Amino acid sequence: MKKEGEIEFIKDGKRVDGRRFDELRNIKIEVGVLKRADGSCYFELGDNKVLAAVYGPREMHPRHAQDAKMAVVKFRYNMAPFSVDDRKRPGPDRRSVEISKVSREALDPVILREYYPKAAIEVYVEILQSDAGTRTAGINAASVALADAGVPMRDLVSSVAVGKVGGEIVLDLNAVEDNYGEADMPIAMIARRNTITALQMDGNLTKDEFEKGLKLAMKACQQIYELQRAALIGRYNKDESAKSKDRGT
Amino acid sequence: MGLEIMDDVRKDFVRNMLSEGDREDGRGFREYREISLKRDIINKAEGSACVKLGDTEVLVGAKLEVGSPFPDSPTEGVLITNAELVPLASPEFESGPPNEKSIQLARVVDRGIRGAGVIDLEKLCIEEGEKVWILFLDIHVLDNNGNLIDAAALGAIAALQNIRVPNERYGLTGDETLQVHDTPVDVTMVEIDGTIVVDPTCNEENAATNRLTVISNADGSLSGLQKTGSNGMKEETIVEMVELGIEKAGEIREKFLKVPS
Repeated sequence: MKKEGEIEFIKDGKRVDGRRFDELRNIKIEVGVLKRADGSCYFELGDNKVLAAVYGPREMHPRHAQDAKMAVVKFRYNMAPFSVDDRKRPGPDRRSVEISKVSREALDPVILREYYPKAAIEVYVEILQSDAGTRTAGINAASVALADAGVPMRDLVSSVAVGKVGGEIVLDLNAVEDNYGEADMPIAMIARRNTITALQMDGNLTKDEFEKGLKLAMKACQQIYELQRAALIGRYNKDESAKSKDRGT
Repeated sequence: MGLEIMDDVRKDFVRNMLSEGDREDGRGFREYREISLKRDIINKAEGSACVKLGDTEVLVGAKLEVGSPFPDSPTEGVLITNAELVPLASPEFESGPPNEKSIQLARVVDRGIRGAGVIDLEKLCIEEGEKVWILFLDIHVLDNNGNLIDAAALGAIAALQNIRVPNERYGLTGDETLQVHDTPVDVTMVEIDGTIVVDPTCNEENAATNRLTVISNADGSLSGLQKTGSNGMKEETIVEMVELGIEKAGEIREKFLKVPS
């Protein structure tokens, strides 16, 4: 996709940050971190720091956007200006509008929207620090925040990206791999049902590489699902030992 | 409110037909509508193409202007893909700033062009760090009868294939043609009650549980994917759609994008 060759992506079977091909970055999940929101989640994926808040179900504004049969999910993905190397101009750009749409559609299938006709379920994701894979972190955080808000759901949604760097299919690209690698493919799925709810790809992959990447991502989503589940159980356990104020630096 | 009922009626109509092995326009499930492609129809544009995909009609124009490169890529020209869903094209389109539909259309088309390396952006550099060509690819939808992405992407590549770089207008020497390195083709399919249907009409798009666009190149590799729609999909369905997408792209490329040598 861009200039590779200048970076040695794979050395002795390890990646630039020492990970194996099928290894996720460190994940940290905290549930219920915001007071005003109905549900919230703080999600770290490597150097990504992401907050998600859920409001609702509540009245949908504007009213002409209401759906008489089911709740409308609003999803806003927003990057803080200081979250990236070159300051990001505040407000929605084309990239964030597309990510918001894809993320909303990733979550729609699990939300029992028909329980709340004419209502809005609002999901706000703020990227506080970005290091590739922010949309997947945002979907993971949003899914947990929706559960924390008590929004009726069929299941959780888990999300991860796979990509191609140095000719290898690898899991969960970091910023260097994403910027200079050959392909990036974020997916979201309902892990327990092996159902894919979001799929995008840019860059270049053969059909076989695509199929290999899809399998790798689906497996990793199972891992992420277990972490999301554990975080939710931790939050609602009596001895709230998992409740920590640490939000990184 | 009345319209919502009609939406349901149309959805049921499409689904009932499919369950009987038929489509509203009598096509096979894996058959495209008739495609027509006209090139070089706008004299003021450096490249242009008009695509008709059945009753869907999309006009793509390419314009070149001299501008500054991005600071992080001083030796590269800039490609900007934009789409306008003008109210002339559909009762559902409204005037106003780009919405998520038009943004997605532009970004998916753009993704294929970049992923396949259609344009060597370094060739669009005039003076490192100072002056580069900005290539605007504007997608103008004229009539929306479904599957805008495939029509727009085909028009975009066709428009790029006949670009003349207007050097002389900017005091540079000799106009030249722009080289096109690959011919990615977007193939959009929908899943309706478990049936895969290629090149959906508006009614089929509305009745669909899911939509997937598969962008593939001359060598059969993929240069982009985009799933749309608020439902989950099975791995097998996606893999089947990817295979079908590559196959259909080959047919369209052969027919419309082969550069006579």
